[in-house]
Amino acid sequence: MFDALDQLFVSLKHWLVGQLPAALQPWASLVISAAAILGVFMTLFALTVLIERKGLGRIQNRYGPNRVGPWGLLQPMADFIKMLTKEDIVPSGADRVVHFVAPLVMVVPVLLAYAVIPVGRNMAAVDFNAGLLFFFAVGACIELAVFMAGWSSRNKYSLLGGMRAIAQMISYELPLILSTLPVVMLAGSMSLVDITDAQGGHYGGWLARWHVFTPWGLAGLLLFTVAATAESNRAPFDLPEGESEIIAGHLVEYSGFKYALFFIGEYLGMFAVSALGITLFLGGWRAPVLWLEWVPSYMWFFLKLGGFVALFIWLRGTLPRLRADHLMNLAWKFLLPLVLLNAMSAALWHYTAQWTFAGAGLARWLLCASLVGVPYVVLGRRLFAGQHIGPRTYRMAA
Amino acid sequence: MDIAFLITAAAILAGAAGAMAARNVVHCALCGVVSFAGLAVAFLQLRAEFVGFAQLLVYVGAVAILIVVALLLTRNFEAMHEALAFRPWTLGLAIALLVSGAVVSAILGSGLTGRAPSSAPVPAVKEIGDLLMTRYVVALEVVGVLLTVALIGAALVALREDGPAQRAKPGERGPVEGRPED
Amino acid sequence: MGELARYLVLAALLFGIGLAGVLTRRNAIVVLIGIELMLNAANLNFIAFWRHGPHPEALTGVMFVLFAIAIAAAEAAVGLALVIAVYRHYRTTNLDQIEEMKG
Repeated sequence: MFDALDQLFVSLKHWLVGQLPAALQPWASLVISAAAILGVFMTLFALTVLIERKGLGRIQNRYGPNRVGPWGLLQPMADFIKMLTKEDIVPSGADRVVHFVAPLVMVVPVLLAYAVIPVGRNMAAVDFNAGLLFFFAVGACIELAVFMAGWSSRNKYSLLGGMRAIAQMISYELPLILSTLPVVMLAGSMSLVDITDAQGGHYGGWLARWHVFTPWGLAGLLLFTVAATAESNRAPFDLPEGESEIIAGHLVEYSGFKYALFFIGEYLGMFAVSALGITLFLGGWRAPVLWLEWVPSYMWFFLKLGGFVALFIWLRGTLPRLRADHLMNLAWKFLLPLVLLNAMSAALWHYTAQWTFAGAGLARWLLCASLVGVPYVVLGRRLFAGQHIGPRTYRMAA
Repeated sequence: MDIAFLITAAAILAGAAGAMAARNVVHCALCGVVSFAGLAVAFLQLRAEFVGFAQLLVYVGAVAILIVVALLLTRNFEAMHEALAFRPWTLGLAIALLVSGAVVSAILGSGLTGRAPSSAPVPAVKEIGDLLMTRYVVALEVVGVLLTVALIGAALVALREDGPAQRAKPGERGPVEGRPED
Repeated sequence: MGELARYLVLAALLFGIGLAGVLTRRNAIVVLIGIELMLNAANLNFIAFWRHGPHPEALTGVMFVLFAIAIAAAEAAVGLALVIAVYRHYRTTNLDQIEEMKG
């Protein structure tokens, strides 16, 4: 019964594919997977935009959208119609072809990235042997889209925003990729399906063996989340858009549907990188404890994704934007050493697996945690030394 | 000849031709990206999955970005309309045609034309990793050293010529990277 | 044309286009793109020969290309840094105008 529910969508797809002639079946399978990815994540996008606007409203002590439909639920639909019917303006000095292609280069790679993510048991569209590398490879195309948008608009704000975005994304790509290194080392595979499988089983017969319950996994998840926030240009790392400084960066000259495509690309990128974090550290579609295994796997996945999205919205409502030099310092002087140490910690974890004396588990945990934790404290102290960071005082205009 | 190969080959060659012929240097870089990405697809068609993704990551994600940043830092986007009159350009073209023509005729004349692809499976990433850590470990270490040296060297070379004296004191806003004072 | 030959011809044409660009363009960065294209053509040859060779399980071609890609990335970084340094000195990236050896 539970199995049938768990595999509901898989068997539905098999049945649908089975209806077709054999020659078409591999293609049909891919098309169905792509359609499912598109449908599910676009719906999630619409929902997230609504929840974000409402949530930010609450954080800022106001209501947020509540006019369209019951509780403002139809707001995404209204936004969509507005976006579609707006005039599509191309600046007269712009490079028309590049200006047109940039939004497509933004959206297509992001959608491709979903292909390797297992959203449930047996629910990955493709299982590449080098799935993780594929994810980062297509993710790298986004930087180019941002550059194309910034350059082709022939606007100094867009160009500045584009250059800021490129500098930021290149800097944070390093910690992002390196923070996934321990997972690949210990799972012994770059296939996301295999990595999820490596997190099967339970500690003490009840707690799932997610990577996040190991010291390197916990540190890895935190570092990954920081780098992922910066990589998807979300607040507090939204300098490329920085409304108050450079209006909207590379998006200044975009309107109508092209702007909507950038908007969609940004949110889908956020979901994709969250989904990757879930797969690498939070067990993918696996249940956290043994007695909750009966809940269908895809439910767990989307529950975790919802948690990540809520975290991102909360961060955006809470944290102020970073300054450009702080941003670079954080990536190169703080995150980069820590992700490298984290890889060492994972290696230590691997080689202390045979410890058998009494209290070995705890000793091992503390040893590996201190390998990242102590540098974290020392490095943090050193970087903040000499900078007077305290409650800020404001001088109002007299 | 299957259609997938034809499309890939057309994209690679058109991208390369665009990169070498476009007047606008940013267009050159973007056409080059098309060519690099097409090559990644060609690697995938040859079932070298890992290399294809690495190609995409390194060329589209790093080299192309480096190129466009260098273009913008050297103000090339203003001097866009360079004439194609470097040396007698017909001579350059003739040499290139001669070289590629000679190579193509050599390929067609050799016994290689009829060889079919081997049926070996896509190499697993684990095999590549094992080889890198055993048989090719010296090369791997050397490449690691080389990349580190290149990183530091590139940063040093691209630093301002007037050295550290003019660099902003810590705490102040640093100089805009690589932008010459006007 | 056979399986292998078509990839070799593609690589040869790509190499020719890159070479033509390197010989005729005078912008240093465009010349660098041309060099990268030529390098890529060589990589394509390696992969094609690996796939059609007698011992694909040895992965020699794949390894060579992986190292070549890493070295090409280093080369691009250093090359572009040099171009930026040269530009700062001469205010141009036009290879025709950079003719003095003395700084």
